[in-house]
Amino acid sequence: MELYKIEILLEKYFEGETTLAEEKALKDYFSSSDVASHLEQYSSLFGYYGVAKAQQYEKAVPVLEKQQRHNSSKMSHRSWLSVAASILVLIGVVGYVFFTTQDLKEDKKLGTFDDPEVAFKATQKALALLSNKVNVGIESVQYVEEYQIAKNKVFRKTKNKNSGI
Amino acid sequence: MNQNEFVLMVAPFKDKVFRLAKRLLVSTEEAEDATQEILVKLWSKEEGLSGYSSVEAFAMTMTKNYCLDQLKSKRAGNLKIVHTNYSDSAPALDKKLEDLDTFNWVEKSIRQLPEQQRMIVQLRDIEQYEFEEIAKMLDMTESAIRVSLSRARKTIREYLIKTHNYGII
Repeated sequence: MELYKIEILLEKYFEGETTLAEEKALKDYFSSSDVASHLEQYSSLFGYYGVAKAQQYEKAVPVLEKQQRHNSSKMSHRSWLSVAASILVLIGVVGYVFFTTQDLKEDKKLGTFDDPEVAFKATQKALALLSNKVNVGIESVQYVEEYQIAKNKVFRKTKNKNSGI
Repeated sequence: MNQNEFVLMVAPFKDKVFRLAKRLLVSTEEAEDATQEILVKLWSKEEGLSGYSSVEAFAMTMTKNYCLDQLKSKRAGNLKIVHTNYSDSAPALDKKLEDLDTFNWVEKSIRQLPEQQRMIVQLRDIEQYEFEEIAKMLDMTESAIRVSLSRARKTIREYLIKTHNYGII
């Protein structure tokens, strides 16, 4: 190819306006032996492009077993399982709380009487029981009064002493 | 799709994925890891792939996104050490030898470009994709790609002319 054409192409190349075919022509020109001396600096550039394209990925293509590949779908199965399990646990807890509170409510109803006379007797009985239980501890209170007497004696003495001084 | 079919499907573009990853991540090991990651993702996506008109373009877009994410997280996590303060003023012998290799100069000049321009140079000049395909892969308009490409090529040219003159002296 004539030199002036190459120069025009180079100009276009640096403006980013060349087509792939034109770029290939440039590459061919610079890879040939008779490059004009004032254009020699570009030969390394176009030579490099060819060298860079020769690089290859040498590792093996990672191909996993089918089973491993479907790990993701297995994972989603597992997540559904856990969702179901948590719903079950939730139902269990809510049910348990619901039923135990109902039992408590039933316990609070102590029963009632229809006949007023029976009710009166039952009340009297309950009150008598209460008063008996209240009297149980009364003897031990006597001891407490002894302490009181002793304390009073002591404090009276000290009072006398103080007044004496 | 069985394993053999998958291997056949990725064969034409797995090197391109690797080269794009290497262009962005620089290190070969990281590029290999990225390629591995992309292929595993493709393999696990298998059923969904038929929905894409071009698996190759889809793979390149995935590579782009993955590598940019990788770069972002690296930048956020690491402190950059600037070597200019304590480097030896005379270049080391191995460096001098390396500089003789002009292809290394080109690679270095491309490495200095911003990521987007690097990707465009990689896809256009090295992989020789049409502008239309690149536009799809990078989610840009064709004219924006042309402008970016022109800018990148000119930057490379300036860098090379500088080193070319320097090389003569």
